[in-house]
Amino acid sequence: MANKLHLRVVTPHGQFYDGDCDMAIMKTVDGDTGILYGHQPLTTVLDVGKLRIIDEGEEKDSTLMGGFAKVSPEGLTIISDAAEWPGDIDIARAKESRERANARLHGESKDTSGLDISRAEAALKRATLRIDMAGAKKLKK
Amino acid sequence: MASMRDIKRRIKSVNSTRQITKAMNLVASSKLNRAKARLEETKPFAEETRKVIAEIGAAAGGLNNPLFAEKPKGNKALVIVITGDKGLCGGYNSNVCKEAQALCESKEAKVITVGSKGRDYFKRRTIPIDRSVVGISEHFEYGDAVVLGEHALKLYRERDIDAVYLVSTKYISSISSTPKAVRLLPVNPKEFEGKGASGSLVLYEPSEGAVLEYIVPKYVDTLIYGALVESSVCELGARMTAMDAATDNAEEMLDSLNLLYNRVRQGAITNEITEIVSGSNALSQ
Repeated sequence: MANKLHLRVVTPHGQFYDGDCDMAIMKTVDGDTGILYGHQPLTTVLDVGKLRIIDEGEEKDSTLMGGFAKVSPEGLTIISDAAEWPGDIDIARAKESRERANARLHGESKDTSGLDISRAEAALKRATLRIDMAGAKKLKK
Repeated sequence: MASMRDIKRRIKSVNSTRQITKAMNLVASSKLNRAKARLEETKPFAEETRKVIAEIGAAAGGLNNPLFAEKPKGNKALVIVITGDKGLCGGYNSNVCKEAQALCESKEAKVITVGSKGRDYFKRRTIPIDRSVVGISEHFEYGDAVVLGEHALKLYRERDIDAVYLVSTKYISSISSTPKAVRLLPVNPKEFEGKGASGSLVLYEPSEGAVLEYIVPKYVDTLIYGALVESSVCELGARMTAMDAATDNAEEMLDSLNLLYNRVRQGAITNEITEIVSGSNALSQ
């Protein structure tokens, strides 16, 4: 039996995933990174993006809202602000927050301090990812 | 001696108070169960964050980071106090406020209060309030902690303050909790000594500094969030205990009032009989 990577995804709302897989691909600030069993110890910062869990040729995707990942001899631990399966995404809410973020970025709001811009950008990124993921799932069906 | 009517009215009022405290006790205990489950859920997250920061701290790369550096002279502190929005929970709010005030005394401090009780407490004293958040003590999100964390970090980076403290309530059991104060910033590397990694060579991407720069704010947010969750459990526990005691007291009061009522009633009947007997005696003579 081939060795498997032990993957744990932890969020403030509880443990999101705990199990073995062949490979996990996550989006770090430097781009997509795939982790296999026996990877060198690594700590890295994650971007808002997709987490792909590949096991026995099957792929499961989830969203990952930033955070960081740690590879240790025990496996891969991802600590994220939030994670959800495509089926659990509230599309209406994501669309709403995308519109809100867009409005904020395109000058409809008077307050344009740096913090607000970066916050709106982050919100836009999250909303776009959610909508993409939820949409992709529908197409597959 | 009080009249029968007065006593009756008093019994009625004590009884309705008892009903209210009993209902509050039940509400608090069911909320407590939910809050406890939430506390359990956040634990792995907090532990993992701590572990990673301990490893990096142990790798000593963090010591040059401003977030770790002690500021030897500074005496300006920011104290984040976590209290509830509602009373009727025994000493919960005042205990945590007193702890925070004691911390403020030796420093040039300002406070951020969570919960209206904390806000009111510091308003009455001369300690300046930097910001106050109300209405989230029961319905907070991780995002609330992030907002507070970002604000504290911004003040710290701009050198407005030299240290950030967090005062909250530590959960011991459903019926016992204690206020505690921890220093959030600068991060105390001693806290992590001995808990660090196995000493294996760990790769940091993009770089050690960048990872640290990202993780420390996260760590602050995590601690604040953890304190919010823990404090809400303590608040509910304290309310449950307080309301349980209040219900007991009301019952005791009802017992003695009932006794008094019966005694007065008996006295009145005896009085009446005496009057009738003496009246009929007078007639038959």
